Amino acid sequence: MTDARMTNNQATRLPMQLDRLVAALKDGGSNISGLVLLLLALFALFGVLLPESFLRLTTLQAMMYQLPELGLLSLAMVIPLISGGLNLAIIATANQAALLMAWILTLCMPAGTEGLGLGLWIAGALAAGFLLCLIIGATTGFIVSVMNVHPILVTLGVQTLVGGVSVWLTRGKTISGFPEPLLWISNETVMGIPISFLAFAIMAFVVHVVLTRTPLGIRIHMVGSNSEATRYSGVDTRRVIIWVYVLSSLLCWFAAIIMMARFNSAGADIAQSYLLITVLAAMLGGVDPYGGFGRIVGLVVSLVILQTISSGFNLLGISAHLTLALWGVTLLLVMAVKRIAAYWRVLVPARKRGLTDSPNSRMDQTT
Amino acid sequence: MPRRFAFPGTEVVLTIIVVAFAVVFAVATPQFLTLSNAVDLVEGYSVTTILAAGVFVVLVSGGIDISFAATASVTQYVAAFAATRYGCGPVTAIGLGCLLGFVLGSINALLTYYLRIVSIIVTIATGSIYYALLIYLTDGTEIYNLPAWWTDRVVFVQARMVSGELIRITLPIVIVMVVVIATHLLMTQTKLGRQIYAVGGNLDAAGRVGIDIRNILVLVYGYLGVLAGVAGFVQAHRVHQAVPTAMFGTELSVLAVAVLGGASLIGGVGSMPGVVLGVLLLAILQNGLNLLGVSSYFFGVVIGLTILVSTSINGYSEKHLRRRGTIDVSPS
Repeated sequence: MTDARMTNNQATRLPMQLDRLVAALKDGGSNISGLVLLLLALFALFGVLLPESFLRLTTLQAMMYQLPELGLLSLAMVIPLISGGLNLAIIATANQAALLMAWILTLCMPAGTEGLGLGLWIAGALAAGFLLCLIIGATTGFIVSVMNVHPILVTLGVQTLVGGVSVWLTRGKTISGFPEPLLWISNETVMGIPISFLAFAIMAFVVHVVLTRTPLGIRIHMVGSNSEATRYSGVDTRRVIIWVYVLSSLLCWFAAIIMMARFNSAGADIAQSYLLITVLAAMLGGVDPYGGFGRIVGLVVSLVILQTISSGFNLLGISAHLTLALWGVTLLLVMAVKRIAAYWRVLVPARKRGLTDSPNSRMDQTT
Repeated sequence: MPRRFAFPGTEVVLTIIVVAFAVVFAVATPQFLTLSNAVDLVEGYSVTTILAAGVFVVLVSGGIDISFAATASVTQYVAAFAATRYGCGPVTAIGLGCLLGFVLGSINALLTYYLRIVSIIVTIATGSIYYALLIYLTDGTEIYNLPAWWTDRVVFVQARMVSGELIRITLPIVIVMVVVIATHLLMTQTKLGRQIYAVGGNLDAAGRVGIDIRNILVLVYGYLGVLAGVAGFVQAHRVHQAVPTAMFGTELSVLAVAVLGGASLIGGVGSMPGVVLGVLLLAILQNGLNLLGVSSYFFGVVIGLTILVSTSINGYSEKHLRRRGTIDVSPS
């Protein structure tokens, strides 16, 4: 695992793989254009069906209010997915962090605390939640990487354990009634844009930068595309994996704050149905289920698509359950179209749009 | 050859853990080691075991299915609807449920095969679709007035022990036995079973040997669908009603049980006795803690810890086995 052990062959393979990765990270615009088209089509469809109500600022604002929770949780899911893993514990982690912060702010903090005291209590509560998520994430990452257990299993165990501790300590009850400044996150707007949405947008940008512009981000992609090769290239893959789950957990902490503010309550069983939907959103956004490839831009577009379907159906008066069904159908359709497009490109070489025909680029297109 | 080590390893470790817990609970509470408690335990975990048997087959074939809980709910509701609204008899209603389960399962298989999408993604999508359509079409209303043949308790053997306790071998127990034995025979004694292991072990190699992968996948996912239909029937038999939301959210815990029993998520590895041991471990833990008077709120903690500890031991030992076996020893 040290540099001295690398052979010449491995030393040259690393930059080559890096080039391919960087190219994939910078390009990939073609992946997203299809999704953007789908989004525009949806907007046009709902615009025609709902000429009165859909294309209005209030609808847009309502969508912005609803998107951040699922969005932040999806960000927490997408980092492990890109690393070739999965984090099934995100909801449990977020709920426990929310419970801890809620407990500090409602039961520990003396009633009537104001001004600087209140600020300190809130800061303390946030710090406690941060620390909790850090511990959960580091433990998960440790078991995945050092103990060599499949991430689905580890995170399933962590989910059951963390959720179990939350249920055990709260006896299934919820905690509610938070101080004003916290609720302010979900109620206030800046120039018409909800603060929670701004927070999500900033977080999405930060995650994008971390994943594409930092050594850690590149390494996460490398581990996802070939963990063994990355290890032989002199990267401490165990450290990378631990970071993956720490980052994922910290995003859960962020999601927990937004969720607390929005629901004005914290509990062990909140938002459970989001878990598999975050995976669905990531896949729709073009994240490779085998890991290694995936972009935050794609994820954000896919989240907006899901939210548009949901809001449009809501305005049309169609049941929320059908929305879930349509989300599933959308994912399958997009996957089918991608598959057919891949066949098309392989079968009709003339359509290669003058791309350099190296074996690598061909592989990129077919996978 | 790693299977030679991994295979019995998991089962032996699980057996030791199960026996250890059983001894501890037997010493701690007199009610634990009674025949009636054991029989109750088997009946209580019948639905989980039936589903785990199906999930185990899918895992061996190299896939993961998340949609079976939705499939079980859908088949249960359709069978209950047919039985109450159209007065279908047991054979028609159960047959209909199982057939529908097979169809829903095959849809997963065909999507996985033709779209080349990972099965977990396909089944997340189809599971959402099945479940959402069920809730939409039924409005979540329960069916209470199930016919008598469905809800009446069927007792095959009844015996009174010397101690005065009553032992009843009921329908769910018989069904679970049949399912476990049938799955075990399917996987170990038939050509199809070996082909499923081959597909899970190495898809490309299996294809080149001449195995029709599409058919295998349809049979594997269809089998889980049929078992989901059976599980839906047993679940309604036990609670005397068909509730669309009853089995929602059980998919991950059943998956955990199957994997706890040694079925690999990568495919090609696992055995039915191992999966039964996995169910047994969780069942004994829950039952024992219950008899000891531990709050049921604490179960999640115990189950989570069990999953983490037992899979960590397995992962760690496998890693060391593999290291010893390879020529190129990597620096640690």
